[in-house]
Amino acid sequence: MDNPFGKLIKREKVIDFFRNGMTLMYGGFGGVGTPPGLVDSLLASNVNNLTLIGNDAGFPEIGIGKVVSRGFVRKLVASHIGSNPVAGKLMNQGLLEVEFSPQGTLAERIRAGGMGLGAILTDVGLHNAIVAEGKERMELNGREYLVEPALTADVSIVYAKKADPFGNLVFDKSARNTNPLVAAAGEVTIAEAEEIVPLGDLDPEEVVTPGVFVNYIVPSIGVNWKWAWQ
Amino acid sequence: MAKRAAAEITEGMVVNLGIGIPSLVPDHLEPGIRVMFQAENGIVGMGGTPPKGMEDENLCNAGGFPVETVPGTSYFDSALAFGMIRKGLIDLSILGSLQVSRSGDLANWIIPGKKVPGMGGAMELAGKAKKLIVLMNHIDRDGNPKILEKCSLPITAAGCVNMVITDRAVFSLMENELLLTEVFPPFSLDDIRNSTGCCFVTSKECKGL
Repeated sequence: MDNPFGKLIKREKVIDFFRNGMTLMYGGFGGVGTPPGLVDSLLASNVNNLTLIGNDAGFPEIGIGKVVSRGFVRKLVASHIGSNPVAGKLMNQGLLEVEFSPQGTLAERIRAGGMGLGAILTDVGLHNAIVAEGKERMELNGREYLVEPALTADVSIVYAKKADPFGNLVFDKSARNTNPLVAAAGEVTIAEAEEIVPLGDLDPEEVVTPGVFVNYIVPSIGVNWKWAWQ
Repeated sequence: MAKRAAAEITEGMVVNLGIGIPSLVPDHLEPGIRVMFQAENGIVGMGGTPPKGMEDENLCNAGGFPVETVPGTSYFDSALAFGMIRKGLIDLSILGSLQVSRSGDLANWIIPGKKVPGMGGAMELAGKAKKLIVLMNHIDRDGNPKILEKCSLPITAAGCVNMVITDRAVFSLMENELLLTEVFPPFSLDDIRNSTGCCFVTSKECKGL
């Protein structure tokens, strides 16, 4: 396919973007919408000491859970790790630092990072010791807020249903979840797409993530794990 | 409990259901009632469970289980999903809980030193829905009451619970008063008193006594 922007790359190439100690953001919600091929590339790269940012810890062998379970992660910023008991075990052993952020706050912090903002103000978690700990408080128009810092990443990995060579992305039903937010918040954003279509094939009205946010696109290998419901 | 909670859902509501017993509520809805179920992973218009073999791995509820959709469904990202929650556009949120206090505090996210799964979306769903119903067993596995004067576990959100439905009774919480409105057979008022960890007012119209 015509590759005028140089964004279409082979999956083998993405390993070059992974570094020890990097901050990596991933799309997905309980593994749904997490890019399976890019997770496998991350595993194959053997990078460690990672800081991961995403909605949850997946399941032990589903989604980002595969990376967490193998102990490659130093710190995880997520709203929930209950579906991945290995993550809980690593946390209790002191091998994994977990920063819990309420789900909506986390999504908005990632969105803010992608939109070039420094932080958001929210009253969610204001009276919760774990959420509010160490965070600045601010009064505005007579109401109190927590200052929740924006989140960005060295590398973002996302999953899309369709991509074109400019990186315009269309997602798939509930597999959209955090993907458009994560796509915008990466210094380098790599999208794994189920289908790569020529420029002009996507209706501009249907594009959810404009290609300006996307640096590289790889073809998807499809989901290679077994879901909990299967 | 799920059946009793279903009776609180009225035509046209936007409803979010938590994982576990709350997810069984749609099975008990009156036929023909039109409700939009929101799933915080990015769906308004969630339907029931698809037949075996018809599941779509990219169409799941927040618990990760495949769902169907109803006419008028929309999909959106997590920021929008929680935007509509924070803005108070969810008419009714139904959640499970570990403890509830007399003043409506909800504790459902951690047991320090034992279970620390994270809050997920519970803080926003509990604190921001127009109405919050809690479904939980009346007592815990060790026989301790789960409705208390003050939660002993860290709270998820303060003063947010409007109604508690247990396997033994229904309480309404209004203006700092815990009001017993229904007792399920075979339990008596004394049973409820003995298994509730705080005082409460019995409604004049309390059912089941």
